[in-house]
Amino acid sequence: MNPPVIRIYALVLLLFAGLVYFTSKSAVFDAEELEAKPKNRRPVIAEQQIPRGDITTSDGVLIAESVPEGGGPSPVFVRRYPQGALFGHPLGYSFIDVGRGGIELAENDLLVGEQNEFASILDQLRDRQPAGADLTLTIDAEAQRIAMEGLQSAITVPGTGAALVAIEPATGAVRAMASVPGFDPDEQLRSDESGAPALLNRPTQSIYPPGSTMKVVTAAAALDSGEFEPTTVLNADSPKQISGVDLQNFGGESFGDIDMTFALTNSVNTYWAQVGEQLGAETMVEYMERFGFYSDPELDYPPDQMAPSGVINSDGKLVREGFDVGRVAIGQGGAEGQLLATATQMAEVAATVANGGTLMQPTFLQEARDPDGRTIEELGDGEEQAEVISEESAVQLAEMMTNVTREGTASALSVGGVEFAGKTGTAEIDLEGTNQPWFITFAPSQDPQIAVAATVERCDGCFGGEVAGPIATQVMESLLDG
Amino acid sequence: MSARNRELLALVPVALLLTAGFTAVFITESEKLGDLSLTYGAYFFALCLGAHVFLRLRLPNADPYLFPLCALLAAIGLIVIYRIDDELALNQAGVFVIGLVLFCATITFLRDYHVLERYRYLIATAGILLLLAPRLPGVGSQVNGAYLGISLGPINFQPAELAKICIVVFLASYLAEKREMLSIAARRIAGVTIPPLKHFGPLLVVWGAAMVLLVFIRDLGSSLMFFGAFLAVLYVATARLSYVLAGLVMFAIGAVFFAETVGHVQERFDIWLDPFARGGPAGAEQIQQSLFAQADGGLFGQGLGESLLKLPGPFFPDSCTAGFPECGSILPAPHTDFIFAVIVAELGLFGGCAVILVYALIAARGFKTAVMAPDAFSKLLAAGLTAIFALQAFVIIGGVTSMIPLTGVTLPFVSFGGSSVVANMVLLALLLLVSDRARRADGPRGGVVSEPSIEVAR
Repeated sequence: MNPPVIRIYALVLLLFAGLVYFTSKSAVFDAEELEAKPKNRRPVIAEQQIPRGDITTSDGVLIAESVPEGGGPSPVFVRRYPQGALFGHPLGYSFIDVGRGGIELAENDLLVGEQNEFASILDQLRDRQPAGADLTLTIDAEAQRIAMEGLQSAITVPGTGAALVAIEPATGAVRAMASVPGFDPDEQLRSDESGAPALLNRPTQSIYPPGSTMKVVTAAAALDSGEFEPTTVLNADSPKQISGVDLQNFGGESFGDIDMTFALTNSVNTYWAQVGEQLGAETMVEYMERFGFYSDPELDYPPDQMAPSGVINSDGKLVREGFDVGRVAIGQGGAEGQLLATATQMAEVAATVANGGTLMQPTFLQEARDPDGRTIEELGDGEEQAEVISEESAVQLAEMMTNVTREGTASALSVGGVEFAGKTGTAEIDLEGTNQPWFITFAPSQDPQIAVAATVERCDGCFGGEVAGPIATQVMESLLDG
Repeated sequence: MSARNRELLALVPVALLLTAGFTAVFITESEKLGDLSLTYGAYFFALCLGAHVFLRLRLPNADPYLFPLCALLAAIGLIVIYRIDDELALNQAGVFVIGLVLFCATITFLRDYHVLERYRYLIATAGILLLLAPRLPGVGSQVNGAYLGISLGPINFQPAELAKICIVVFLASYLAEKREMLSIAARRIAGVTIPPLKHFGPLLVVWGAAMVLLVFIRDLGSSLMFFGAFLAVLYVATARLSYVLAGLVMFAIGAVFFAETVGHVQERFDIWLDPFARGGPAGAEQIQQSLFAQADGGLFGQGLGESLLKLPGPFFPDSCTAGFPECGSILPAPHTDFIFAVIVAELGLFGGCAVILVYALIAARGFKTAVMAPDAFSKLLAAGLTAIFALQAFVIIGGVTSMIPLTGVTLPFVSFGGSSVVANMVLLALLLLVSDRARRADGPRGGVVSEPSIEVAR
C-alpha cells in the first residue's frame, strides 16, 4: 500500500510547485503589468498618502503645499497652490486625476521622498511615515510678479502670449520664468475654457523667430572663430544680395563701411548677413550647438515641456545645412530653414556672454531638504554645461552689447543707473506690421549678476527695444536690488 | 535525541518567530496598538509548551515535527491577523485555546482510534448531514453564491470543515475492509478492470455525493477537495490507477456539466479564464485585488503592516458600517479567504513560498505516517487526512493566485475562523494518534525510533 502514498505525495508536491509558479507570476513576473492595470487603485492611493514636500521661492514665498483631506489616522493629501496663476508656469501641477506637469513632474522623486533602499529601511525602523523633501526654488517671487505683470501689459492681440526668462549667469539659477497667459493650477486645470494654450509654458515650449537677438550668436561665432575682430570693417550698404536675393537694412538705410561694434550697436542686417555667409553654415551650426541650440535646454524640466531651438524647415524638422545662412545669421530664414528659438535658449545666450563664455546648466532647484531639515541637494556653484566661446571673445562681445544700451537700439532703456548690455530684436511676422519684439540683456556689464530674455508674440507695430526691453530691465532692476 | 525533545526544540523558533512578527507589526502600527501585544509570544509559547507536555505524556512516540509545523502555521496566521486587526487576533488566539482543548480531548478519548471503524456509517451520515446543513432553512446562509456556513444564534460555523474529517474516517474504514475485494475480486473485461458492483456501489455513492455537493453548496473547491481525498484513499487502498483516472474523468464530466448549468460555478470559471476580461462578471474584482496585492509584494514584500489594506481617508466607503476588515479593505476578506494574498503582499514571494513549503513538509510527515502505519485502516486514515489537508491548502492558494477557479475555503491553521482551526486541530490529533501507534509498533517505547524504508513497511 505504500507506493501509492509516495506517488500521491509526489502529486501534492507537483501541485505545490504549481502554486509557487503562480505566486511568482503574480508577485514578480507579472507584477509590473498588474501594477499598470487601470483597475489597480493601489499606486494612486499609495501616492496620495505621501505628503509631497512644500515648494517655496528663493525669497521664501510658499507656492505649493500638501494639505490633508479626509482626516482620520490615515489621511490623503491634496496639492494646493497659494500663489495661483503667478507661478502656474513653470511650477506645473500634481493632481491624481490630471497627472503632473512642470517642476512638480521634473522634481517628483524629491517631492515624494524617493530614496535609496537603505534609507527607507532606516525610516521603517524608526517608524517614520515616508514624506517628501521640501524644495526651495531659484525663482524670486518679486521678479516673477514683475515679469508676469509686465508681459501681461504688453499683450495687445487677444489670444497671444509672451515669455520671459531670467538666469543668474554664474550658476545657471533661473530667477524668473514667466509665461503669459498664466494658469492657476487650483482653478483652471479642469475647466474647459482654459484648454491647451494656457497650459503651454511658452519660455520652454514656444519657438519664435528671434530676429536680431541672433546677431549675438553670430558675433560670438565670428569673434571666437578668429575670423573677425570687433574692428573688422565690411560694407553695409542696402540692399545687399544674400543668397541671390536682396536683403534690406531697416528702413533701407545704407551705412557704407562700418565695423562690427557699430553693426551690433545699430543692428545692421547687411553687415551680419555677410558675416554669416563668410562663416558658413557649418561654423554657425557648430556655435549654435555649443550655445544649446538643436537640443532641449539642459533644464530640470519635463522633456515633453521643452522644445529645441534651431533652424527648422517647412516640415518642422531641425536642419543643419542647406539653409540661407546669411538670413539665419540675423535671425530669419526661409522655407528651407527658418531660425526659431525659445526664450530660454536666448536667455542662455545672454547668460553665456555674461559668464565669460561659459554656459552654466540652467536649473530651478536652489535646495532640497528632507523632512528632518537636512539638505539633500543644493545648487551651490552650479554645473557647467559648455565652454561656448573664449573669455576674450566674451569680454569683447559684452563690450559691444554694452554699446547697444549706451548709444544703440536700446539706448532708451536703463537699469537703475548701472551699465548693462543688451541686444534688441524685432522679427517681422507679417507684412501688416505685426512683429515679434525681443530683448536679451544682462547687468551689470562688469560682473554680470543677471541675464534676461523677453519676447512678446504678434505685437502690432512693436519694436524689441520699446516693448520687450522695459519688461526685461524692470525684472533685472528688481533682482539687482534684492 | 528523543522525538519529544526534538519537538520541544522545534517549538522554540516558532515562538521566537511569533514574537518577532508581533514586534514587527507593533513597530509599524505602534500608534494604535498597546505594548501588551509583545507578551503574546510568551502566551503562545506557554500554550505550545502545555500541548507539548501533554503529547509527551500521552503520545511519546508521535511524529515530532507535525505539531511544531502546525504551530508555525498558526503563528504566521496570528501575526498576519494581528496585522489586519488586533482584536481579531485576540479572537483567533481564543479559538486556538478551544482548539487545543479539543485536540487534547481527541487524543484522550480516541486513544484507540480503531473504535472509529465501528461507527463508520454513523460518522458518514453525520458528515453528509453536516455538509447539507448550510442548505437547511433557518440556519443556512449563502455567501458569494456558495452555501458554506450555518449560523446558530451568534455562532457562525462552517460544517464542511468537520465534515471532511468524518468523510475521510468513513472512507478509510470502509476501504480498509473492502480493499481486497476491490482489487482482487475484480473482473477484467476487454482489458478494463471492473470491480464488483456490490463493493463499488458505496463508492459510486461518494461520487454522487460529491456531485450533489456541487449542486447543493455550489462550491467547486470544496467538492474538488472531498473528491480528491476520496480518490487518494481509493488509490492507496487498491493501488489501481485506473480507478483514479476513471474517478477523475467522472468528476471532470460532472464539474463541466455543473459549470454549464449552475450560473455561480460558470461565473467562477469565466473569471478564472480571464480575470481582467472587459465587461466581465463583477465577482472578478476579488481575484483582481488579490493579484494586485501580490504584485505589490514582489520578492521580499512590503513588510508587515506596510502594504495597503485598509482604505485611507476619503477612499473608505461610507456604506461600510460593519467596520474593517469586513468591508473598507482594498482586498476583500483579507483575514479569511485572501490571507495568502496579504502574506505575499507583506512578506513577498519568499514569504508565500515559505508558507507553501510548510504545507509540503506537513504533507511529507503525514504521508510518512501513512507509510509507517501498521494496519490498513491507519494507513488509509493518515493518507486521507493528509491528502485532504494538503488539498485544502492547494485549493485556496491556487484560487488566490488564480491557478484554479477561486473558491471559498480557509487556509488551514492560518485563516481566521473558529471551525477551521478546531477541525484542523482534531485532524492533527488523529494524525498524531496514528503516528504514535506506528512508531511505537516499530521500536522500543520512548527510545529512538528507526525509520523503516518503504520496502520494509510493505
